[in-house]
Amino acid sequence: MKKKIIFFCVFLSFLFIFFIFFKSIYNKNYYTPQEFTKNYINFEAKELFTKKDFNSNQLFLDEKITIINIWASWCIPCLQEHKYLMNLKNNNNINLIGLNYKDKENNAKKFIYKNGNPYDLILTDNEGIISIELGAFGVPETFIIQNKKIIKKYIGPLNQQNIIEIKNIITK
Amino acid sequence: MKKKIIFLTLLFLTIVSHSISLEKNNKLENKISKNLRCLVCQGQSVYDSQSDFAISMKILIKNKINKGESEKEIYEFFRTQYGDWILYEPNLNKNTIFLWIFPIILFIFGGYLIFRNFFKK
Repeated sequence: MKKKIIFFCVFLSFLFIFFIFFKSIYNKNYYTPQEFTKNYINFEAKELFTKKDFNSNQLFLDEKITIINIWASWCIPCLQEHKYLMNLKNNNNINLIGLNYKDKENNAKKFIYKNGNPYDLILTDNEGIISIELGAFGVPETFIIQNKKIIKKYIGPLNQQNIIEIKNIITK
Repeated sequence: MKKKIIFLTLLFLTIVSHSISLEKNNKLENKISKNLRCLVCQGQSVYDSQSDFAISMKILIKNKINKGESEKEIYEFFRTQYGDWILYEPNLNKNTIFLWIFPIILFIFGGYLIFRNFFKK
């Protein structure tokens, strides 16, 4: 009888552990906050071409939706998503800001000249601090900001599906 | 002569106090970066890691300390931005209660087993 109980307990705990692992197979490893941060984003950065200083308060206009895309010339997936960003370029309802992450100035410029410039403004983030303040893990990453708050975030390169989603958010 | 001595002592004092505060900041910076998980690495703290992510985190922590933010505020900032996972010692809330309670339950249960066996003999 005792053996049976022990066997049953062991079996049950195995089942429990199996269930937990099985469930987490489908969990994404990245954390995306459900309730986005209440603290306003606040940073200062230099523009890539003009070297002018910009404060985030100037950039995030209340009415318009701002999209921040973190990119780098050395990042291959960024090239992949570039055509989708070019697709968003002609939209007047959004303010598309590129954040150049830990890149060499010349390489970044070359990348833009070669592949076209989808951005309204390109800021530089040489130390990677601004990306961290935004809550990014690396490149590429895209943040949609409204009323100075992040309302959505995409980790990794954008695809056609994401662009449709973004367009839906804009027209809302 | 007197003026020189006063000047030198003042200079000495400022240098000493400055270096002390620098060291204090450094210690705090190391402490905080040891308590934060490097999210893009495998089982490393921000302090240990040399990844792009961790290097930027360290710079940001330093900037925040220099701005005068407290240790708690810095942890809270990273928690809101990246979630509980980034802290090696997460706060007690409804998501982490199991994490905190489970070892205690195990401990008590283990103690119970040991006691039972002991008294049996």
